[in-house]
Amino acid sequence: MKRVKRRYLALKIEAERVPLEREFVDAAWASIAKLYGEYGASQAGLVLIAYDVEGKTAVIRTALSTLSLVRASLASIILLSGAKASVHVMAVSGTIKSLYKR
Amino acid sequence: MTRVFADLHLCVNTRDSAASSQTIHRASELGYKLVSVPFWSETPETEISKLRACCVDAGIDYVSRVDLRPKSQNDLMRQLRKLRRRFEVVCVACENKEVARQAAKDHRVDLLSFPSLDFRRRFFDRAEAELASNSLAALEIDTKPLLVLEGPSRIRLLSNLRREVAVAIEFHVPIIVSSGVGDEWLLRKPREMAALAGLTGLGSSEALDAVSKNPCSIVYRNRGKLSSGFVAPGIRIIREGSDC
Repeated sequence: MKRVKRRYLALKIEAERVPLEREFVDAAWASIAKLYGEYGASQAGLVLIAYDVEGKTAVIRTALSTLSLVRASLASIILLSGAKASVHVMAVSGTIKSLYKR
Repeated sequence: MTRVFADLHLCVNTRDSAASSQTIHRASELGYKLVSVPFWSETPETEISKLRACCVDAGIDYVSRVDLRPKSQNDLMRQLRKLRRRFEVVCVACENKEVARQAAKDHRVDLLSFPSLDFRRRFFDRAEAELASNSLAALEIDTKPLLVLEGPSRIRLLSNLRREVAVAIEFHVPIIVSSGVGDEWLLRKPREMAALAGLTGLGSSEALDAVSKNPCSIVYRNRGKLSSGFVAPGIRIIREGSDC
């Protein structure tokens, strides 16, 4: 079976109220499902790698083929647990190691 | 070469200088080098200069823009005659077909904008695109409705945008992707704007061009035309003096 290429995304979460880890993951999934449907969301293979509430940052992993899908979905998040929010992609990398180096 | 990103449609309330300054600084932080705030034809020069100063403070290049909402073809021509030389970018909000067609064929119009929610008044079809491709007009797409709309209205908007983008690409009409937001929470990074533009059927490099190359080329072209040395397209004064 062909190996699935992945990308790691470093995210900056800006919100009136910083969401909990669960709330953020739910919002990301909901946004992908809203834009691309459940079939599209199933292809994204979204996994939360790290979440820092104090630093308001997160690291997620997705399949390379669905990178643009995930970017658009994250950009379309305007509310996180009822508060105004935006999620910005700070960096994209092929390995976690090089992502943290940046 | 690094791209210069532009947002030609930042809808800030110029009367609230604190909020507009905050939004402009936010745009600068997000990586925009050129921003434009649309004004109406009656906007006093003092408000424009105030905003220009705010942009200088944020380290961002300000582009003056006017949004025209003419009722008829003659009204459009009258407004263009009056305002073209005062602003660097002229956008026409096409609210009827007569205005849309005239705006598409007029060389003085830079951007064509259509109502996001009223799908019957989106007149960007093949005829409009053919006229626009012979002039210099570009199609403007705002990302704000893509963010704030939900459900059937967003589905219809996306469907219309996909059709319009396909027509624009076929007729080589440049596409500009702007934010159209006044709330800093809705501002997105240029690459995120490009990702949202991807929803309309633009490829990744075309989407990036829509937030960088296309808007910048309009601004630089018009700045050249508005400069004192401009004579006609392709002719400009390089040097003046008795030895020339």
